[in-house]
Amino acid sequence: MNTLDSQVRPAGGAGGMRAGHLPRLLPERFWGGSASLEEHLARHGRPPARGRDGWFREQLIAEVGRAGLTGRGGARFPTVTKLRSVAAGRDIPVVIANGTEGEPASAKDKVLLAREPHLVLDGAVLAAYMVGARQAILVVHDAVREMVDCAAAERRGARSDPIRIKVMTGADRFVGGEASALVNWVGHGIPRPTATPPHVFERGLAGRPTLVQNVETLAHLALIARHGAQWFRSLGTPEEPGSMLVTLIGAVHRPGVYEIEIGVPVAEVLGFAGGPAGPLGALLIGGYFGTWADPGAVASLPFSVAGLRPVGGSPGAGLIAALPADACGLAETARVARYLAAESAGQCGPCVFGLDSIAGELEALAAGRPFGEARLRRWMGQVDGRGACRHPDGAVRMIRSALSVFGAEVNQHARGWCRGTRRAGVLPVPSWEAA
Amino acid sequence: MTRGARLRVDPIACDGRGLCAEVVPELITLDAWGFPIVSGEDIPRGLWAEANEAIRLCPLLALRLDRSRQGETVSRKRADP
Repeated sequence: MNTLDSQVRPAGGAGGMRAGHLPRLLPERFWGGSASLEEHLARHGRPPARGRDGWFREQLIAEVGRAGLTGRGGARFPTVTKLRSVAAGRDIPVVIANGTEGEPASAKDKVLLAREPHLVLDGAVLAAYMVGARQAILVVHDAVREMVDCAAAERRGARSDPIRIKVMTGADRFVGGEASALVNWVGHGIPRPTATPPHVFERGLAGRPTLVQNVETLAHLALIARHGAQWFRSLGTPEEPGSMLVTLIGAVHRPGVYEIEIGVPVAEVLGFAGGPAGPLGALLIGGYFGTWADPGAVASLPFSVAGLRPVGGSPGAGLIAALPADACGLAETARVARYLAAESAGQCGPCVFGLDSIAGELEALAAGRPFGEARLRRWMGQVDGRGACRHPDGAVRMIRSALSVFGAEVNQHARGWCRGTRRAGVLPVPSWEAA
Repeated sequence: MTRGARLRVDPIACDGRGLCAEVVPELITLDAWGFPIVSGEDIPRGLWAEANEAIRLCPLLALRLDRSRQGETVSRKRADP
């Protein structure tokens, strides 16, 4: 039952896509702009020809299942589960490619869209084919809108796609990438999450089953459709196969976006950026909903969900921020907490008032003013899990890990001592929030 | 009632008026900001009348009965973002 391998192998030009080799998504070259449609096809070949009958569609979905592809937006949800659910829906579904990347510290989706927009568009078109959608909507960050528009125009000119592709700019909000918020943004121009259930894959845009997939997930999907599940699994771990994009920022030699094999040690991931640029105080892993970790404790751990579980972490959306030893982790945490509080969609009381109170308490702690740890922890318990979306939960996870990793400094702060000697913040927050 | 039910608050609709916590303090307490923390336990037989009264009194219709099985209520935690 050799399924796709025989039919789907591209005619040629896929020399760079040998099993077990990187990079897959990003180009080998590090200069130049977006890959044109011609360059894209020369490197990756054409996507598999689409059959008219249902079995080929089923077969592609099954291949994604065998590949074990999971969502690269942060939650690592199995892509095949969403594909199956949307494909089985009663109404004609819609595909939304999520390239909003509202997290200020992350750049991987922007870089992918800027460099290889056609790989993402291939994935969106293939996903639409798999679930029976007639339209794919690509919602991207403002910074890469023009490049994606150009790529979409190029495809319209070449008449390469059987479905309609629409490009939109995402809401400039942290919560804008949450699936239900994204659907509301596309449908009504308001980036607000709604309570689940129903999930958007059951009832989303205009009540239709809606497949919301991160753009990196779709790029992987486009390669799985070409090269098959076995090829995809030639990198990564058996439980978490494939490669992933990471954004490495802070005290590393060459901050940037890199493609790594899932499951390599954290120290090796930092090595892609030339390793630490000086002594490190801590690592923030996963993103602003991620976890702070002691660099020594995680250096040898595999960068994967299973590998980071012992320290309560997860690769999330692929961020590692390296905090230099001369920066204050509590001050960084307070700044990010204030940003996350301001980014609440403003719907649920515990999130609106709770995160604001928590951020205020952390600011007091960071500044060495009187602060109550018991009160802070009680507030976090009262906020965790009490929103319609998981915004408050994610914020609380990050803050709890800060109190544990910077625990010794909490006491030092109370006595007026702080190890931070630099004033500039390491973790980026938009300046209009930081006032 | 053969199958258990729990109180459930819609956090988006809820405005923290607090009536519910006065009617059934056994099942609903208020957090530091006045928003209800609803017990995840099944409503005990003796509190059915009070629980229904709390649902009826909510001016924003934010409180309701949740008869779903336990597995369905915890699924929210595992939902994708």
